[in-house]
Amino acid sequence: MSGSPRASAAVPAVPIARLEAVGLAYGKVTALAGINLHIPSGAMVGLIGPDGVGKSSLLSLISGAHAVQQGRVEVLGGDMADADHRRRTCPRIAYMPQGLGKNLYPTLSVFENVEFFGRLFGQERQERERRIGDLLARTGLAPFGDRPAGKLSGGMKQKLGLCCSLIHDPDLLILDEPTTGVDPLSRRQFWELIDDIRGDTSTMSVIVATAYMEEAERFDWLVAMDDGRVLATGTPTDLLARTATTNLDAAFVALLPEEKRRGHHEVVIPPRLACADEDIAIEAEHLTMRFGDFTAVDNVSFRIPRGEIFGFLGSNGCGKTTTMKMLTGLLPATEGTAKLFGREVDPNDIKIRQRVGYMSQAFSLYSELTVQQNLELHARLFNLPMESVPARIEEMARRFDLMHVMDALPDALPLGIRQRLSLAVAMIHAPDILILDEPTSGVDPVARDGFWQILSDLSRKDRVTIFVSTHFMNEAALCDRISLMHAGKVLVSDTPQAIIEKRSAHTLEEAFISYLEEASGEQASPAQPPAQREAADGAMMSAYHAPSVRNFFNWRRMFAYTQREALELQRDPIRAALAILGSVLLMFVVGYGINLDVENLSFAVLDRDDTTISRDYALQIAGSRYFTEKAPITDYDDLDRRMRNGELSLAIEIPPGFGRDVARGRDVEIAAWIDGAMPTRAETVRGYVQGMHTNWLTQKARELYGDAATIGDFRIEIRYRYNPGIESLVAMVPAVIPLLLIQIPAMLAVLSVVREKELGSIINFYVTPVTRLEFLIGKQIPYVALAMLNFLMLTGFAIFFFGVPLTGSFPTLALAALLYVIAATALGLLVSTFMSSQIAAIFGTALITLIPAVQYSGMIDPISSLQGAGAFIGHIYPTTYFVTISRGTFSKALGFGDLAASFIPLLIAVPVLLGLGTMLLRKQAG
Amino acid sequence: MHITNTLQLGIKELRGLARDPMLIVLIVYAFTLSIYTAATAMPETLNNAAIAVVDEDQSPASSRILTAFYPPYFAIPKVISQYEMDRRMDAGLDTFAVNIPPNFQRDLLAGRAPTIQLNVDATRMSQAFSGGGYVQSIVSDEVSEFMYRYRGASALPVDLVLRSRFNQELDKGWFGAVTNVISSITMLSIILTGAALIREREHGTIEHLLVMPVTPAEIMLAKIWSMGLVVLVASAFAFVVVVQGVLGVPIQGSLTLFLSGTALHLFSMTCMGIFLATIAGTMPQFGLLLMLVLLPLQVLSGAVTPRESMPQIIQDVMLVAPDTHFVILAQSILFRGAGFDVVWPQFLALLVIGIVFFTFALHRFRRFLR
Repeated sequence: MSGSPRASAAVPAVPIARLEAVGLAYGKVTALAGINLHIPSGAMVGLIGPDGVGKSSLLSLISGAHAVQQGRVEVLGGDMADADHRRRTCPRIAYMPQGLGKNLYPTLSVFENVEFFGRLFGQERQERERRIGDLLARTGLAPFGDRPAGKLSGGMKQKLGLCCSLIHDPDLLILDEPTTGVDPLSRRQFWELIDDIRGDTSTMSVIVATAYMEEAERFDWLVAMDDGRVLATGTPTDLLARTATTNLDAAFVALLPEEKRRGHHEVVIPPRLACADEDIAIEAEHLTMRFGDFTAVDNVSFRIPRGEIFGFLGSNGCGKTTTMKMLTGLLPATEGTAKLFGREVDPNDIKIRQRVGYMSQAFSLYSELTVQQNLELHARLFNLPMESVPARIEEMARRFDLMHVMDALPDALPLGIRQRLSLAVAMIHAPDILILDEPTSGVDPVARDGFWQILSDLSRKDRVTIFVSTHFMNEAALCDRISLMHAGKVLVSDTPQAIIEKRSAHTLEEAFISYLEEASGEQASPAQPPAQREAADGAMMSAYHAPSVRNFFNWRRMFAYTQREALELQRDPIRAALAILGSVLLMFVVGYGINLDVENLSFAVLDRDDTTISRDYALQIAGSRYFTEKAPITDYDDLDRRMRNGELSLAIEIPPGFGRDVARGRDVEIAAWIDGAMPTRAETVRGYVQGMHTNWLTQKARELYGDAATIGDFRIEIRYRYNPGIESLVAMVPAVIPLLLIQIPAMLAVLSVVREKELGSIINFYVTPVTRLEFLIGKQIPYVALAMLNFLMLTGFAIFFFGVPLTGSFPTLALAALLYVIAATALGLLVSTFMSSQIAAIFGTALITLIPAVQYSGMIDPISSLQGAGAFIGHIYPTTYFVTISRGTFSKALGFGDLAASFIPLLIAVPVLLGLGTMLLRKQAG
Repeated sequence: MHITNTLQLGIKELRGLARDPMLIVLIVYAFTLSIYTAATAMPETLNNAAIAVVDEDQSPASSRILTAFYPPYFAIPKVISQYEMDRRMDAGLDTFAVNIPPNFQRDLLAGRAPTIQLNVDATRMSQAFSGGGYVQSIVSDEVSEFMYRYRGASALPVDLVLRSRFNQELDKGWFGAVTNVISSITMLSIILTGAALIREREHGTIEHLLVMPVTPAEIMLAKIWSMGLVVLVASAFAFVVVVQGVLGVPIQGSLTLFLSGTALHLFSMTCMGIFLATIAGTMPQFGLLLMLVLLPLQVLSGAVTPRESMPQIIQDVMLVAPDTHFVILAQSILFRGAGFDVVWPQFLALLVIGIVFFTFALHRFRRFLR
């Protein structure tokens, strides 16, 4: 295609990026080795080659998303290993990572997504909105401004990704496989859009990685890559000329080293012999699937005879995968029936699964098992006879050429081999039907041809029925019959040749695009009147002044993260409700439940005396509110048994002759056994018993000796301060509030970062000018706000619902709470810098908040009495100080002046935690 | 139902765990250092309680009382003025403040029954009660001894001999060690099954399993046995090496019996983990749900404060939680040396709760997979 005006223009001499001896490794796996490359500026540069050869790694180095390990990467005239240069150039580069909408936020609307990027680049509101308006209008997304990004089709997601990338007028646009998994029509529209945009900003350079060779033909300059190395560079015509081929697919194969080319030949599938007694393998009748009010699959019917290769085409989100899931029984159809070999699909029918092999779109084998282990696991799960398993695995390994990687982990293998492994696994039990969901997405041409050769053999030799979905037109052309799906409906279903003829088109692609255009009722591009566009572009070019990027701290960038996080929180009301209502419930349960005022202790007496005076002694204990008397103890065995099973907390033994001895003033001993299994309780019991014993003695002495005994008599008056009723709720609620205010905010803060890491949107942080501190504080603010709301709810409930009086100064408490929740969220953010998986993050957070806050922060045992490492943790843990402040203001009627000392550690904790978090957070991957 | 499927899938779970180094570090930490720290941090009995004395009498009797408080139970008492007392207590510096009135000794000897005031910071409930009792009996002892010097015995010669069974020294470290093993078991068993299940769904591997001839029950059982085994091994290690070995806590009963109880407990906890995962849609929701469940499990199961002092309704509600029964079982076997004849009701309770959770979880799990 020579639509691009610069296709023939001379490539400018100044490179936009210069790579020298660049190498990159992920652990032991080498991704790039000895790359030397000068990428010309102002051109449209294509990186071609199969997946897993290092295209994405190269792009992430150029964009600054990944740290340079080896060699030198210069982009826009500076070294990318230099943080200052990165900060300066970041606003001039736009990077759109691989994967549909990977850097988008699915719960945010189209408009909000673009707006977030605008803020990240520090644009003012007016400017931002004008630019967003422009971009959405040009990409045809304007009517969908309010739709959540997660609900867009694949093509629309990529257009939105492009809008997000273009919001700041980059000088260098980096696109990593922007059209993988996108239907032909959207693909064409996408490239038209890029041409269009390059048409007005003549200086912009574009680097694109792609697996579609037919797309690569339109680029100005190509870099062919394989196995972490550059095979060749040059214009497409150069490459064709050099290899003496007519298309890039063939050229690429020709460029491959000899040993990789060996055995490659074009796939030709012999025509299928129609049998007279054709049995139908797969049959769908009026299949319909609705999710809520959204119809994913609408009245789809087809019949596929045994041994046929049936192709399924359509954009992402058009219902292909849903249809396949209904066929496999993964999803029960809302309406209609699916039949395999004439039997209706029943999710509970284990037998039918033995006859079906399914390969899902994403690689869904276990990345923690080796190739051999994966094959073995599946062989066992399909109940192959034990003795035949090794032979079958070997057969599969040979057939799919996996012999040399049997002990490797799938993650270390290129996508092409992983896809072969998936197919081997799907085939291990020799099924009669294979259902393959985009099996070759992202696989290089050679591997794809090999893959289709296998499919051809299976279909023609073994009469396996194959139901396959694909985005590649040359693959579609290999199928016996194909169906084109759009928006849940089948548009056409016939042989490839018949479809081309029906539309009187030249190629299958053209035929499909014409079907799609008809179905979606729009022309190729949502063209604007040129005059209007020019005006808009003029404004766009002139008004933009890049804000000073050297700014260490920019409020607008920070608020970009704040606002986005807040929106996400708002879109997930369950999370906010759990955080707020759940904590109120917890405060009640815990505050009400923890009771250190030990009551209702069970005790029993072994009374060997059984006189008035011994019974009087027992009665004294039984009469107190602390003890509940149980049946008397009969003997030592009884005593032992009942203490051992926990029935008795206290056993009293009164010796024979007790009454007589007391009366005569002879020495006598009463024995008491306390259950020491729970030391706190035992101590309290001991205190009670001793107190009661002393009381009883004084009382008796007075009875026996009269007034003489009052000499030496004194009273101890105990005043329980701050909590005169010694009510647990009063004591506990002020301590439970700090507990809840550290756990929940910390958990939310940790997950907000680790989730971005796990799901990939962290890339936006890597490649935009936002600084580490802006990122952390920006993320923190919504959770601080949520935690403060939580604090107000908890305090309100404590005062008005549980009747715990707040005797001190509320502003003091609120100020402390603010500092405390900032510290709690900062702690969460600090933890998040260590964690890469959400499971470890959840476990880690539970471990570092629950235990110190409950055990070392003075909630139950005062800090002064702790020892060892626990005491140390207690002294530095913020909860300790907030517990003091909370108890001070709730129970002790204190104000700021009295508690100032406890504010100091909180004031120190905030900058220390945030500082550490900022230091440990990395601005680049790797 | 195929035993081999369950076995194979369980082995897969174990291999997966072996490849998450951060998680393994956390597991090791939770069952060694975390327990050690917690056990050694726990004060032995009443330890270093902060006490201050306001001595307005300045007599031999009052100084006798003053010198009676010494470590380890009490910190060396601070002698302070009346005015300072309120301020210090407000700032949380002292837990106890003893106020000896002017002319205490004179009044005491004159039989005028003077009053010593003992101020207790009741917000520190754990020390308030036991410590209050100690202060009271120390002061009484000192006063009566003082009186004895003056005029010989007058009180009744009845002595109370107190003995603590099962933990003579009332070493809180023993209790703390066991409590922390229990809370690590609880935390880990829920997270390993629940969070791992959500991750499998997010990564699409669960779906892959369902197109194979494997039933949801097999998938669930595989997770239960494999993750349960990990936690069981970790807790056996924690008990034998950390609790018995390093911390030197004597274990009274049969470890085998206790570990069988642990296995049963793990069965119900892992089912609970799966159940929670099926309720929570996403990882953040699961994280919150986890906090909401773990906290009550930890503080209300009887592992921190005695169950019998909780309000009846809490006691009843907490009977549903496996932790409650496990704590009773652990204390009975480990400290009191109880045999199966004593703890069988707890075994039964754990089994029943486990089966109920399993049924619930299985029911939800089938829908969760859809």
